Amino acid sequence: MKTFAELNFPGRLIAVEGLDGSGKSTQIYLLKRWLEAEGVRVYFSEWNSSELVKSATSKGKKRELLTPNTFSLIHATDFADRYERHLLPLLRAGYVVLCDRYIFTAFARDVVRGCPPAWVRGIYNFAALPDLTFFFKSDLEVSLNRILDGRPKLKFFEAGMDLRLSGDLYESFRIFQGRILEQYLAMSTEFDFIVIDANQRVEAQQAIVRQLISQRLDLARFKRRSPLPLPPPVRRYEKAFEIDEEPVE
Amino acid sequence: MKARTQPDIVIPKPGRRRFYGHGIAGVQLEELVGKLIVVEGADGSGRSTQIARLVEWLETTGHATVQVGLKRSTLVSAELERAQEGNILSRTTLSLFYATDFADQLENIILPALKAGFIVLADRYIYTLMARDMVRGMDEPWLKNLYGIALEPDAVFYLSVEPQELVQRNLSKSATLDYWESGMDLGLSRDLFDSFVKYQTSTQAAFRQLQKSYGFTIVDGNRSVDAVNGEFRKKIMAVLAGK
Repeated sequence: MKTFAELNFPGRLIAVEGLDGSGKSTQIYLLKRWLEAEGVRVYFSEWNSSELVKSATSKGKKRELLTPNTFSLIHATDFADRYERHLLPLLRAGYVVLCDRYIFTAFARDVVRGCPPAWVRGIYNFAALPDLTFFFKSDLEVSLNRILDGRPKLKFFEAGMDLRLSGDLYESFRIFQGRILEQYLAMSTEFDFIVIDANQRVEAQQAIVRQLISQRLDLARFKRRSPLPLPPPVRRYEKAFEIDEEPVE
Repeated sequence: MKARTQPDIVIPKPGRRRFYGHGIAGVQLEELVGKLIVVEGADGSGRSTQIARLVEWLETTGHATVQVGLKRSTLVSAELERAQEGNILSRTTLSLFYATDFADQLENIILPALKAGFIVLADRYIYTLMARDMVRGMDEPWLKNLYGIALEPDAVFYLSVEPQELVQRNLSKSATLDYWESGMDLGLSRDLFDSFVKYQTSTQAAFRQLQKSYGFTIVDGNRSVDAVNGEFRKKIMAVLAGK
């Protein structure tokens, strides 16, 4: 498997990985804001967000229809759709693409659910590797507490209840997240994760992320060549169109 | 009146059972006492007619049947249908979407039915999905890994019909050719007729390629319904006898 740079794509892909509650989404959001302010052509894509597959996934989750295999395949479908429809063309066009979770999420989760690692990796082998992967490593307890402090309503699959680890939703979530963390750590060297200590303050982490990116990417290459085009004139029928906004948390 | 034992009801004997790859975790193969019969072939090759005949025959001879087919899963069939209408799927997405549909039916219908001793008749199985993807340039090893979850059927029939004959049958049935069955997404030709013939020819080549590794029975579907059905029955009787 090769990175987009190794495959001579003009664009670059940066992925963030980490447990729920590791703060990775906050970090990638701040990264996006910075790159945008710098005038970099940037696109953000989130795990499990393809419009095409969404209704099937939510039906499967709500009605608890998913098995480890269909859970894996439906997420792979979602990923393939975003990959072929958005990521590839944007990377061909020289964008910096930011991914909140990438194939490593599947490698970790699906394997914890009992799918053979070779099967899962084989399915995703159509995807190139990120040029940079940040892994936000927090202590298990820290991320668990961030999620569980508010005693949120955890969802069935989110808590790994399908694995029958525990009858208690919160206990199941703890065991499940612990196992995912083990998988991430096992992949860290193999896939060149840049490990960020996620127990630090938000600003401290962001400073490291920005510094690393400035070192590793020549940002000037990804800037818009001309100033932003003027917004189109306001017309009466403007409201008739749905504007596709990039998902922001 | 006391019911008499029907002497001609055959209790199926076990045959060889295996998954193509790692399969589905937790499944005990020896518990799958039913039989899985697959009928493959293009639209117009006579699949549905043959399956209807087989159901009729199997049920009258005392076997319980279940039918499955592509795009019939609870999980994704509606979404898959919608996506295909919009023609917005790229090839890997389409492939994985169908694989999801297959896995859902395999785990929720096929395996439980086999465990309960049913004869499962599949109106197409992984081979059609693989052949379609191969024609679209997908890698054969990638597909084999993907479908490593699939159970090896007890019998697979591939109804081979000449593309020119398929054209005639499809036109006489619906007066047009289906967009996907004509492979129009591949841009082989702007002309539906030409595209259909080219696409069906490449699909048949892909089936012959797959036949090398999966060894299914190629049935000459240019013959009469009865002749084809006779061949099916003979093979299925051997399957029921555990051969």
